[in-house]
Amino acid sequence: MTRDPIPGRVAALAATSAIVALVVVVPLAAVVWAAHGVAPARLASLLVAPRTLAAFGLTFGASAAASLLDVLLGVWAAWVLTTRTFPGRALLDAVVDMPFALPTAVTGITLATLYGPHGWIGAPLLQHGIRVAYTPLGIVLALAFVGLPFVVRTVQPVLADLPRDLADAARGLGASPLAVARRITIPLALPAIATGFALSFARTLGEYGSVVFIAGNFPGRTEIVPLLVLTHLEEYDQAGAAAIATVMLAAALGLVLAINALQRHVVRVHAGA
Amino acid sequence: MNRIVVALLAVLLAVAPAGARAAGGAITLLNVSYDPTRELYAAYNPLFAAFWKRKTGQDVTVRQSHGGSGAQARAVIEGLEADVVTLALAYDVDAVAQNSSVLARDWQRRLPDASSPYTSTIVFVVRKGNPKHIHDWSDVARSGVSVVTPNPKTSGGARWNFLAAYAYGLKRNHNDETKARTLVAQIYKNAAVLDTGARGSTISFSERQIGDVLIAWENEAFFLQRTSPREGYEIIVPSVSILAEPPVAVVDGNARKHGTEAVAQAYLQFLYSPEAQRLACREGYRPRLTAVLGTCGTRFARSDLVTIANFGGWQAAQAKFFADGGVYDQVYGR
Repeated sequence: MTRDPIPGRVAALAATSAIVALVVVVPLAAVVWAAHGVAPARLASLLVAPRTLAAFGLTFGASAAASLLDVLLGVWAAWVLTTRTFPGRALLDAVVDMPFALPTAVTGITLATLYGPHGWIGAPLLQHGIRVAYTPLGIVLALAFVGLPFVVRTVQPVLADLPRDLADAARGLGASPLAVARRITIPLALPAIATGFALSFARTLGEYGSVVFIAGNFPGRTEIVPLLVLTHLEEYDQAGAAAIATVMLAAALGLVLAINALQRHVVRVHAGA
Repeated sequence: MNRIVVALLAVLLAVAPAGARAAGGAITLLNVSYDPTRELYAAYNPLFAAFWKRKTGQDVTVRQSHGGSGAQARAVIEGLEADVVTLALAYDVDAVAQNSSVLARDWQRRLPDASSPYTSTIVFVVRKGNPKHIHDWSDVARSGVSVVTPNPKTSGGARWNFLAAYAYGLKRNHNDETKARTLVAQIYKNAAVLDTGARGSTISFSERQIGDVLIAWENEAFFLQRTSPREGYEIIVPSVSILAEPPVAVVDGNARKHGTEAVAQAYLQFLYSPEAQRLACREGYRPRLTAVLGTCGTRFARSDLVTIANFGGWQAAQAKFFADGGVYDQVYGR
């Protein structure tokens, strides 16, 4: 009998599986289980209703748009925070985490006031014909707020660990700062950026609290899937709510798996190059 | 590893006793209610505690829980150990009776006035000077008027709003359902935002200055006038509205388990006493006692009030108007 080189491997594995099962898998399984009472015909009509489809389109579209926006802003913020020193940097670094801590309802109420037709930002924008509150744009901005720290916090450590000599050598050989970013920094950080995007995307798909205040909640226009789930719960239609939630879960799982596969592919290509 | 197990057990043990209350001499009641009654019950609880102390010598503490009426009902169904529920609609109390074993189905017959000790109605709040000249539901449906009302799918109050508008549509059009639908459709087309709850709509209208008119509970309208006197909000009473009857019930199963049946029963019955009725009146709810209504009722304008019975009760109204594919969904017709 050979001894396992890592002591306590089985125990550790068992403990980890048990904790993951208890904290994550059991609640998710309960959601799927609650949906089992829905008759297939009802499920079909529920899921292809124009209102449901519109909500799915809006939720996935707005989450994707918000996460892309977060990638742009987040990579920039992470780069500034790791490469520049300036007064107040520590404070700015801490502020990035605030969306993690803030109750999402507070976020929603604040953003709706700020971007509302009489708000500090909403009023001047409205003069230029841009409506933010109670439109899909408002939803994207609320989601971007919630998702931003996920990108910054995954990209920042990678940028901090990038070998400086690579960039310095490239600069020494005459590459422009833009070329360095494009050819060295971004490719090296790409797996982290993809992870940040995936985290932000997954997080914002289910976001409810901050969105309902700024969305306006118009059926078919600015109604997100989580609100639809809640609507079914209000009607004491737990099975219907669970059915929509299950589809949401499956779609989210598929997307996150796809993004992770893409990320592994990127890493492989990069390692091979 | 062992330490983790011990820590987990400690957490479980710390959470578990939260359900077991009413220990020792002092009694604790849990009143699970909806959003706008926060102020009403905060004022009523000391009044009742004093009454109960005089009567029995016992100290009673009432804990309150507030939230959307439907969400609160769901919490009770899922095991929140409310001794009494005081919700926005009989439909939500019915749901507790139907989906759990803690409440008898005939709950509504156990107290006077269909178990609603106070009532309210649906009114309009407009901005100072009523710049858009809103006097009745037809004005709310006019194009160019921006309306704030919560989402009937998620808010109990919003369902009263919807039915009040529909009742007006029926009365003005000799019960022509098509015309009533058209009117309601126009009103919802004018909606600037559909917040998920009544308080959310109040905030949109007041803090965010959205909309020309807020369709609201009368008590919420008084609350808004009282809390922002400088804004000069005006209350407009439409010619037709609905008598909203928020119901109360003892949750028998829980009260029996806690040994609080007598005090829970008294807690609700005392709501019908002259003192409590006067207090409800001060908080903006219409008292049931006509004697009290006579002394403090000048603030309650008279209008033609229909009741939920005109719509065949909440079960029928819910199925016809607010269920999946109901009138409300058709109004947004997609």
